[in-house]
Amino acid sequence: MKQSEFEKKYDSFWSELENMLLADDKSTLNKRLQSNESNRIKKQHSEVSESEENFPENYRLLCHHLSLSRSRHYSPLLVERLEKLVINAHQIYYKRKTHMLAAVLIYFTTGFSQSVRKEWRWVLLSSVLFFGTFCGMLVTLQYYPDMVYTVISGEQLAQMESMYDPSQDKIGRDRNSGSDFEMFGFYIFNNTGIGLRTFASGLVFGIGSLLTLVFNGLTIGGVAGYLTFIGYSSTFWPFVSGHSAMELTAIVLSGAAGFKLGFSIINPGRKSRIRSLIDNAREAVYMMYGVAVMFVIAAFIEAYWSSMTDVPSVVKYTVGIINWIVLIAYFMLLGRQRAIR
Amino acid sequence: MESKLLDSVNTIQTPEGVDIHLRVAGVWPRSVAWVVDLIIRGLIYALLAIISGLLGKFGSGLMLIGFFFMEWFYPVLFEVFNKGMTPGKKFLNIQVLNSDGTPVGWSPSMLRNILRTVDFLPFFYGLGFASMLLNDKFQRLGDLAADTIVVYVNHSTGISSIPEHAAIKPAYELNLKEQQSIIRYAERSQQLSDERMQELAVILNSLDIPEHRMTKNKLLGIANGLLGRK
Repeated sequence: MKQSEFEKKYDSFWSELENMLLADDKSTLNKRLQSNESNRIKKQHSEVSESEENFPENYRLLCHHLSLSRSRHYSPLLVERLEKLVINAHQIYYKRKTHMLAAVLIYFTTGFSQSVRKEWRWVLLSSVLFFGTFCGMLVTLQYYPDMVYTVISGEQLAQMESMYDPSQDKIGRDRNSGSDFEMFGFYIFNNTGIGLRTFASGLVFGIGSLLTLVFNGLTIGGVAGYLTFIGYSSTFWPFVSGHSAMELTAIVLSGAAGFKLGFSIINPGRKSRIRSLIDNAREAVYMMYGVAVMFVIAAFIEAYWSSMTDVPSVVKYTVGIINWIVLIAYFMLLGRQRAIR
Repeated sequence: MESKLLDSVNTIQTPEGVDIHLRVAGVWPRSVAWVVDLIIRGLIYALLAIISGLLGKFGSGLMLIGFFFMEWFYPVLFEVFNKGMTPGKKFLNIQVLNSDGTPVGWSPSMLRNILRTVDFLPFFYGLGFASMLLNDKFQRLGDLAADTIVVYVNHSTGISSIPEHAAIKPAYELNLKEQQSIIRYAERSQQLSDERMQELAVILNSLDIPEHRMTKNKLLGIANGLLGRK
């Protein structure tokens, strides 16, 4: 078939698709196409034109036209026109449709805990690094309190001291800093940011995650050890007990996800390094969704519950322990009944 | 046809078995897009700061949450909901796609934007820059891990249509390569000056016989004949 004959025959078909794809805003078109199924069942064709109705069919025909015009060596002009159409249609046809609500629900009832269990090796390594340095520093400071200056400056320590002074009316913050909500915002901005950076820096062969975990373990252990040593236990430990489960676990999991990234390049196994990175990164970021939510929950607890001074320490400790138990149970038990994703 | 020349065109085969060609964007357009986004983000930061300033302490909490979202989710939301284009990318006419040419979803977009932190190392996108130059698809580290590419939207080669002309039958049968050359010549007739078109046509005159002398119009006629126009 000569080119002009071919063009004459299908020009109206292409223009119709062109109008549909290029003129129409893609996102609204996409929604209309997705609702086609239900429309078909309800026999409501009013909103949907015929070309949208038969989109998959038309798309395949279009692809056929493109390969025909290439193999028949039609002019580049025509090939380009068809290719542009195919590129646009391809993006709509292969857009991944997600049911957001269902996906979130499945994630928090099964997916998240499954992915953490699956990476138990990295979680273990991360825990040992973080809690190891934390406890090491905490215990060391009871015997050699001056060691604290190796990880925290005197200025910061003085600030910590004033924050947890038992005579404070709001513990855990600066005397002149503001409302619960302001602190909530600060904790989200600061802590979640640290978590995401801990994860990202793992890409550099895991070194970034390693350094962040050890550094955080040493400083948090340093503050805890020092405040315990100078006798502020009565304010410091009840304050941190409430959000400790969420926040510390979230840091550990950020590190674990980072290690997974880094190790995927160091030891790709039977895959190519880049393939291994892509596959592992996808799983790692899947875990990070939950971790980010944990940071936000921790921020909420820290801002609204931990800072309360009129709650007896016993209650705070109890809540803290319950949080730990619930969290561990969550990761141990949830999603066991269903196979992973 | 597919040459081995150094080129930014990426060929992707769709499940339907046709090849589509995507032109990946290099360091420069992506940097400019980043600067445009930086300016827009700066303005939003300023706006957030002004609004929250009016709300006192509650406002500063709100501002910090806003900053957090702007820092981590500004590109993600645009990439997922706006065809892979942040405002800066839209300005430069480039978009983020999965490397198979499909639109990016949440996970790839989150990944490439969280890993931006690493691309930024050791200072001002040092690693990202190195990675883009070492990679034939101009991918920074975040793109590599997320399996994404940044391409030009609706790239056009600037070919215009072939002007109508009465069809002429060539003196002898043309082979495929000759046919294509003549068609491409005709397609460029609106981009090139008349003199240049004439000059190119004259190249075909190996023997200077007046009745066989090649002209622009004669070639356009042959092209029209090859396309099957009357």
